[in-house]
Amino acid sequence: MLRLEGVRVEREGWFLRADLAVPKGAAVAVMGPSGAGKSTLLSVIGGFEEHAGHVLWEEAPIDGLPPGRRPVATLFQDGNLFPHLSARRNVALGVRPDGRLGARDRARVDAALEDAGLGRFGDRLPGDLSGGQMARVALARIAVQDRPILLLDEAFSGLGPALKAEMLDRTVRLAAEGGRTLLMVTHEPEDARRICPETILVAEGIAHRPVGTEALLSDPPEALRAYLGT
Amino acid sequence: MAGRALALITAAAVAALALGPLLVVAGSADAGAMRPADWAALRFTLVQAALSAAISCLLAVPVARALARRAFPGRGVVVALMTAPFILPVIVAVLGLVAVFGRAGAANAVLGWVGLPPVSIYGLSGVVTAHVFFNLPLAARLILAGWEAVPAERLRLAASLGAGPWATFRLIEWPLLRTVLPGALAVVFVICLTSFAVALTLGGGPRATTVELAIYEAFLFDFDTGRAARLALIQAALGLGAVGLGLLVPMPRLAGGLGRAPRRWGGGGKALDAVLIALAALFVAAPVVAVVLRGAVHVAALPPSVWVAAGNSLLTAAASAALCLLLALAIAIGGGRLEEGVGTTAIAISPLVIGTGLFLAVIPFVDPAELALPVTGMVNAVMALPFALRFLVPAARRIRATQGRLSASLGMERWTRLRIVTLPGMRREIGAAAGIAAALSMGDLGVIAFFADAERATLPLQMYRLMGAYRMDEAMGAAVLLTALAFGAFRLCDGWGARGAGRAWRVRRAAA
Amino acid sequence: MRHALPLILAAVPAVAEDRPVLEVYTYDSFIAEWGPGPAVEKAFEASCGCDLRFTAAGDGAALLARLRLEGARTDADVVLGLDTALTAEAEASGLFAPHGIDVPPLDLPVAWEDDTFLPYDWGWFAFVHREGFEPPASFEALADSDAAILIQDPRSSTPGLGLILWVEAAHGVRAGAIWEGLADNVVTVTRGWSEAYGLFLEGEADMVLSYTTSPAYHLIAEDDDGFRAAPFEEGHYMQVEVAGMLAGTDRPALAREFLAFMLTDGFQSAIPTTNWMYPAVIPEDGLPEGFDTLVTPSTSLLLPPGEARDRAEEGIATWRDALSR
Repeated sequence: MLRLEGVRVEREGWFLRADLAVPKGAAVAVMGPSGAGKSTLLSVIGGFEEHAGHVLWEEAPIDGLPPGRRPVATLFQDGNLFPHLSARRNVALGVRPDGRLGARDRARVDAALEDAGLGRFGDRLPGDLSGGQMARVALARIAVQDRPILLLDEAFSGLGPALKAEMLDRTVRLAAEGGRTLLMVTHEPEDARRICPETILVAEGIAHRPVGTEALLSDPPEALRAYLGT
Repeated sequence: MAGRALALITAAAVAALALGPLLVVAGSADAGAMRPADWAALRFTLVQAALSAAISCLLAVPVARALARRAFPGRGVVVALMTAPFILPVIVAVLGLVAVFGRAGAANAVLGWVGLPPVSIYGLSGVVTAHVFFNLPLAARLILAGWEAVPAERLRLAASLGAGPWATFRLIEWPLLRTVLPGALAVVFVICLTSFAVALTLGGGPRATTVELAIYEAFLFDFDTGRAARLALIQAALGLGAVGLGLLVPMPRLAGGLGRAPRRWGGGGKALDAVLIALAALFVAAPVVAVVLRGAVHVAALPPSVWVAAGNSLLTAAASAALCLLLALAIAIGGGRLEEGVGTTAIAISPLVIGTGLFLAVIPFVDPAELALPVTGMVNAVMALPFALRFLVPAARRIRATQGRLSASLGMERWTRLRIVTLPGMRREIGAAAGIAAALSMGDLGVIAFFADAERATLPLQMYRLMGAYRMDEAMGAAVLLTALAFGAFRLCDGWGARGAGRAWRVRRAAA
Repeated sequence: MRHALPLILAAVPAVAEDRPVLEVYTYDSFIAEWGPGPAVEKAFEASCGCDLRFTAAGDGAALLARLRLEGARTDADVVLGLDTALTAEAEASGLFAPHGIDVPPLDLPVAWEDDTFLPYDWGWFAFVHREGFEPPASFEALADSDAAILIQDPRSSTPGLGLILWVEAAHGVRAGAIWEGLADNVVTVTRGWSEAYGLFLEGEADMVLSYTTSPAYHLIAEDDDGFRAAPFEEGHYMQVEVAGMLAGTDRPALAREFLAFMLTDGFQSAIPTTNWMYPAVIPEDGLPEGFDTLVTPSTSLLLPPGEARDRAEEGIATWRDALSR
């Protein structure tokens, strides 16, 4: 169980409050108008945002931990790979952040690359890969990272619809296989419906408790309605 | 944060090395009274530095603009040429300038041939000409980097709005210049402030007394240490003021993107741009070529002591560049504006004062000659630090901004992050900074003269000794050797940096 | 291959044996491999049973400045390379002791009476030009001509200061007028002799301030007799280079031995073709061939040391005013 207790982020003339819980293994969408604080919410969980209140995982507070020590892996909108490192070394960083791998670790990395269909591309630099391939390298790294919480902050938004769908499917499979909890910021009601049974609505300074996605989208509250244009 | 602590300690060490000698000198005597001639020197220094900065930057704008707008074969060579004067040893550059613009120089030969009156390179105009030679390329590079940092979207937007040249200038170029020019002006101003050899050789007489020369005179002729210290303090205050002003304005990167092909700016004036680029290249290249033509044949006949001195210079330059890099990296990666500001102070301190202060500080304990090369390396490292920081600070900032979150989310330890992310990501800038530091150290005559004995001379000192023994041919040969070594060191380091970074550039563009 | 190992030696203390060390401070060009230093060191060490060590500091003025910075702490036993423009000040510093040796007859155009400093070489300042140029024969003629000259800054250079004293000694109260007349002849004023002479060789001026002995270098070392020194009617100012021993030396006997050696052939015969000056005592074999071609001024000018310092200050002020207009 991931719990946010009395979380409050304040900036000049703007705030975000969150009191909510996400069950372990759930897949939850995060939706809401631009600027409402969807990314901020993920940053709080990931450890990139100063805040009041507490973040707990399995009833233990994690808000005192630096980002790398949290049980959290994040895919950002961009900048998920180091441009000067090969695909293989990028993935390897997920196993050991100091990049020093033993033989077993190396086998794991190669397996992850193979799984992602990148067996031949391990030595390439990100710049020599297509957008889809770069996304798959990032996912391969997530796969070896062994973090129980997976955050997607509008990841894959630069890809075309078909590629994006493929990546989301891979992500879901990855989450399901590892029993990972998935939180994903999205603007697409279709993506939310397809992947996430529940949705957190972030609007007017509040990150609400997760509710059924279908119910929320079929009868959206005022703030979400304007945003969705329905 | 340990990184910040390290940066602070480094900055404190640099400040101690730069300001400490000044305090030692000031403390060794009563403050001497300023003389009317000192005020005249101050006035002349300010005037020449202001003029040099203004003219360098003013001329650099059209050159940078032309370079930013045009793609042509050999553009890379021209841009590389723009580094040349900066790393050319001052005394060599002066000889080169004399060969081109002197009374018996090529320029006057051409002018005489077409029936025009000769130009003079002596006097205020000579000092300014030399400073423009040194700093026009530097200013052009700074401004060019600004031009290349203009986002493509903004150009597209302007183009789609159908903006003409004037509108483009108002919308894009003028705001760009407003951010870039103050920094460039400050940098050039400060560099010209401590000018010594140029003013002394080309100044034409006592009119062209700079503060640095007044310090020299106070020391050696009047033996008035107090007055020398007071003058040095004034010079330092001026320099620090200018550095402070310059730092208030965000600066573009010195190195970034210079190898990139320009984007389409469109517009006419192609012929004008070509003429501007050709003139700038000629102005920069001619003195270098003149020195090489004059001295190349004498290189083979150089006495062994010159080669020993060259070895000393190489070792000192390597050590100096390494130390400079360590200092600059500590400040760039861990530090903020404060540390950067402190790291830049050395540029404003009189080398003569640093030399004398260190001399006074070490003499109770050791024979200064034993320390000649280490001290020279150390001082040169600190002198090159401001330039290294110009490269490394923005690079470190860029890495922090683009890859900080990812590194943190992966849980990299500090040293791991340094090893895997930060240092490799800054490779291009590290190469350029090391190259500049090595080249500057190679050409520096400053502090060694206080400490050296016969066997621990550097190449510039040995070259100077040759000149002092009627051996002009051999001195010119040594100048060519010196130039080759300085360029070689720069190219080696810079090329190493660029090899690793060319790929990273592609990535950043692909990701954009 | 004496010079092949200094990189390694730099890290190791230089003295390995127990021989007494005589520390001599001198100017930079003295110890260059083409300077008198190496020959002098070899000759003296052959007889003294000691280790002669040279320490160099820039030029004569830098030498004195360094000595005053170090004060009584200095390691120097002997200082070699001050000149008559500096001796009054050096004397006043109280750092020097009377030499106390019997002075042999000196070959100087002037009488030498100084208990502290001993001359080892000397020369006349002169404007040097290439053959074929018609030089003016006095400062006034120079001022009236359109000859272009290169001079050195008196505040940073020995010849520069020599020129100031030359004009002072030759023209006294008229020095200001002379300088005003010369202002338009001066191409530039350089920091040291090296830059000025270098620019002259590169063809930047008709004449350069140097020494009457300069043509000897080109004649003897380069086999080029295309250089001349211009004789001036009012006479030529002299530079006499001197050495003295420190009051605080812990080897006074050895220091005296060196000063006495300085006036013997072992030292003096090295001077003409390394320092390119006249030796204070002409060696047994006479002057090298080629020195006989040099101009010999009719009048030698030299201000007494005490007077030189004050006249120099006045002269520099006059010079500065005249050339600043």
